[in-house]
Amino acid sequence: MTDVQETVQERSFPKPVFTDAEAGAKEFPDSTARRYNYYEPAKRKQSHYEDVTVEVQPDPRHYLSQGWLYGFADGKGGYPLEWTALKAWGSDRPLPERGPGSGGKGYDWPAHGWHEFRDPNEEWELTLYRYNANVVRQMTQNIQVARQAKAFEQWNPNWIRFVEQHVGAWMHPEHGLGLYLFANANRRAPTNMHNNAISVNSMHKIRFAQDLALYNLTLSEEIDGFDGAAHVETWNSDPTWQGVRRTAEALTGIDDWCEAIFAANVIFEPLVGELFRSNLVQQAAAGNGDFVTPTVVGAGEYDYAQRDLRYTRAMFQLLTSDREFAEHNKSIMAQWLSNWVPQCLDAARTLQPLWSLPDSKPPRFEDGLDRAKNRFQGILSDLDLQVPEELAQ
Amino acid sequence: MSRQSVAAAHKKIQELSWEPMYHEPVKHYGTDYTFQKAQKRDPLKQVLRSYFPMQEEKDHRVYGASDGAIRGNMFRQVQERWMEWQKLFLSIIPLPEISAARAMPLLFRTVPNPELHNGQAIQMIDEVRHSTIQQNLKRLYMNNYIDPAGFNNSLRNFQSDYCGTIGRQFAEGFITGDAITAASIYLTIVAETAFTNTLFVAMPAEAAANGDYLLPTVFHSVQSDESRHISNGYATLLMALSDESNHQLLERDLRYAWWNNHRVVDAAIGTFIEYGTKDRRKDRESYAEMWRRWIYDDYYRSYLVPLEKYGLVIPHDLIEEAWNQIWNKGYVHEVAQFFATGWLANYWRIDAMTDKDFEWFEHKYPGWYNKYGKWWENYNRLATPNGHNPIVFEDVDYVYPHRCWTCMVPCLVREDMVMAEVDGQWRTYCHEMCKWTDETAFRPTYMGRETPNMGKLIGKREWETLYHEWNWADVVSDMGFVRDDGKTMVAQPHLNLDPKKMWTLDHMRRCPPLLSPNVLLNQMSAEDRDAFHADYIKQGPAGRSSGSPKP
Ligand SMILES: [Fe+2]
Ligand SMILES: [Fe+2]
Repeated sequence: MTDVQETVQERSFPKPVFTDAEAGAKEFPDSTARRYNYYEPAKRKQSHYEDVTVEVQPDPRHYLSQGWLYGFADGKGGYPLEWTALKAWGSDRPLPERGPGSGGKGYDWPAHGWHEFRDPNEEWELTLYRYNANVVRQMTQNIQVARQAKAFEQWNPNWIRFVEQHVGAWMHPEHGLGLYLFANANRRAPTNMHNNAISVNSMHKIRFAQDLALYNLTLSEEIDGFDGAAHVETWNSDPTWQGVRRTAEALTGIDDWCEAIFAANVIFEPLVGELFRSNLVQQAAAGNGDFVTPTVVGAGEYDYAQRDLRYTRAMFQLLTSDREFAEHNKSIMAQWLSNWVPQCLDAARTLQPLWSLPDSKPPRFEDGLDRAKNRFQGILSDLDLQVPEELAQ
Repeated sequence: MSRQSVAAAHKKIQELSWEPMYHEPVKHYGTDYTFQKAQKRDPLKQVLRSYFPMQEEKDHRVYGASDGAIRGNMFRQVQERWMEWQKLFLSIIPLPEISAARAMPLLFRTVPNPELHNGQAIQMIDEVRHSTIQQNLKRLYMNNYIDPAGFNNSLRNFQSDYCGTIGRQFAEGFITGDAITAASIYLTIVAETAFTNTLFVAMPAEAAANGDYLLPTVFHSVQSDESRHISNGYATLLMALSDESNHQLLERDLRYAWWNNHRVVDAAIGTFIEYGTKDRRKDRESYAEMWRRWIYDDYYRSYLVPLEKYGLVIPHDLIEEAWNQIWNKGYVHEVAQFFATGWLANYWRIDAMTDKDFEWFEHKYPGWYNKYGKWWENYNRLATPNGHNPIVFEDVDYVYPHRCWTCMVPCLVREDMVMAEVDGQWRTYCHEMCKWTDETAFRPTYMGRETPNMGKLIGKREWETLYHEWNWADVVSDMGFVRDDGKTMVAQPHLNLDPKKMWTLDHMRRCPPLLSPNVLLNQMSAEDRDAFHADYIKQGPAGRSSGSPKP
């Protein structure tokens, strides 16, 4: 605390000065050149999203005349294209050679196909905070209303166990993938458009994991005998969950960033995530007197189905229709499919006992799995990929 | 949420951390530090349920102020002298910000405490916020300020210009090399904890004094996230300290990171604040005064020194040496003078200093006029094309400096320049410390110990070499610093927008070719090289040749 007696030194303030430094005040070369001119927009006009995103992460193939300045111990700096096995047109062109008297020029923009990716969600800070703030506000209100309406009193004991253990357990793969797959991948992709979209995806998952945890906390406050720690035990040792856990852990072990995003968003999410969330929890809740859990789970479902899958599709569609490497990419993705589809199906099948736990039964597991497979096939066909034979297993 | 429920919520989300049972997550990054696994508390205590609405609320204020600034015709009152330097600053800063986001995963596997990872993920998305909100501010300047040149080709400029290259260290240093050196010591412990105050608090104050209240709105909003990041760094630092075998590396990294940040940030921000302002009230703080307060007192005395009792070896000598550079050796003045000398290689306009500025400098830095006054008078005299060449080619007793191979700022405090033959090339360094960084710190062994994860200094580190023997008109065109008439330059050594007063490629065409000092150095015989060095360290201040009388 400042002593009141202390003489405060009076500080002067700068006076406003009329400078007339406003756009249009004079005419001179460039006086009307008011757009970022270092990149080509995807559509006719440059979007606000593109302006705040494109080319922030440099590329020595563009204007980075002095190259990367700091490298890892192996001498590699920046964002090496080799961090994924997939390729976009131009990937194989050599880096522009620069040296004494070479000048600084690289290839004409965009130099290679990676730079053509745009996040269809056009996420930047304004949109990502608005979206996530709306989600958490809406969810908090829904839970508040349910609390006031004593909505949890209608739950039968079996459903209470189901929510505390199994809905609770789902927070763990969301959190683990959010951090160790998605946040991790935000260092790996060759453009700012990719890495920003990936970091937003990461926050969706971490937020959804926390949504589930905090919902679980509310339930332990509202429902007598609701065991708020049961989800940990379930995740750690319930055999039903070990398939999901094993697969989620394996996903975080993937080295190739494209493979990681592909395996998570193209394979794991439809075959395991949506199977559990949409084809089990969302179907079973109403019959068991629960109209609150679907609003919480629905928020995560919306993140994936409407936003994260959307950018993922756009990202891989570019690669499977690439003018130079479409076949190369498709054959690598086919390998990823035959590796990951069986693991994800295995995780899905291990979950099967959950379908018989609630008093009021959801539609049959096999029907749910069929729907999940159909959904998965739809995504593959959007990406122009063949359904792997492993799906029939 | 009530305070109690915030605490309960935070405790609850700790249940989200789990250890793998079947497969380890991929380990992309390495470190030579060792960490013991120990239960740690998440220093951030941030729950996303309150985080997102809080950030959205901050956004409302920022965007509300932006609308207000445009409606209120703010740009009728902004000083062009100030705004022009923003073309440099805002071309640089979105990359360091986004690089800080990219740096966070470097810590996931190297610091084995899952409780810390939640805070790192939040820092990641904070940094996405900072990068895009700054790109957006620049866009607003481009659209509303009188001269959009330099803003409109911003990111190309930044990438092809030597000033951008200097600034880029403050980004690439976060994301490469030893994970702890990069993402913890260089980024969090030094860049964020020490230098963001000058970047995001001192500079915005200067912007406001120059009629721009938007930059303060945006940067204060950015700075309000910073304390969380500082907590992240502090938690990691304490863990590192708890293992004795890390102390040697911590000492190395603090020395490198401190010195590099001083070289880079003080050069840039010091110049913006001292030479980019029209505010010459005697009671406004100089950069040196701000530095003393923010960095010496707040960072060094209050933050670093107390860590000594945990075994941290503090680079006391380098803190004092940085101050010595700023206060006694005119580091900021030398840099500003160099930027102005080389105005033709840049992408913003640099206003001359006038009598009113001289008076202020003399008041804040006694003896300033004797060193720099004459040169700035010459700069003013040569500002508009009138049959002469740009000042760098005219006889104003200024010797074009060699570049520091490490920090890439030229060797401006001439007496400190050192040379070495490293990796088969003769290199000049601005200071013994920059030589040490290259020769000793960024190597796979350090004081006899293996440091296989340490990064490497790479790239074409002397800009001039790329354009060795080029005509200046071609240099400027190659970098793209040309306006839409195809010949008028983006950069100008004055603020007059009358096209007849502006320099064009035609003026550049007549100039002598660009010669790379480093190429010439490497062509010298051993004798000539020694003579060159002996002469160089007798030059200055203010770039004067060795024969000139000292002020
Ligand atoms: Fe930041
Ligand atoms: Fe240096």
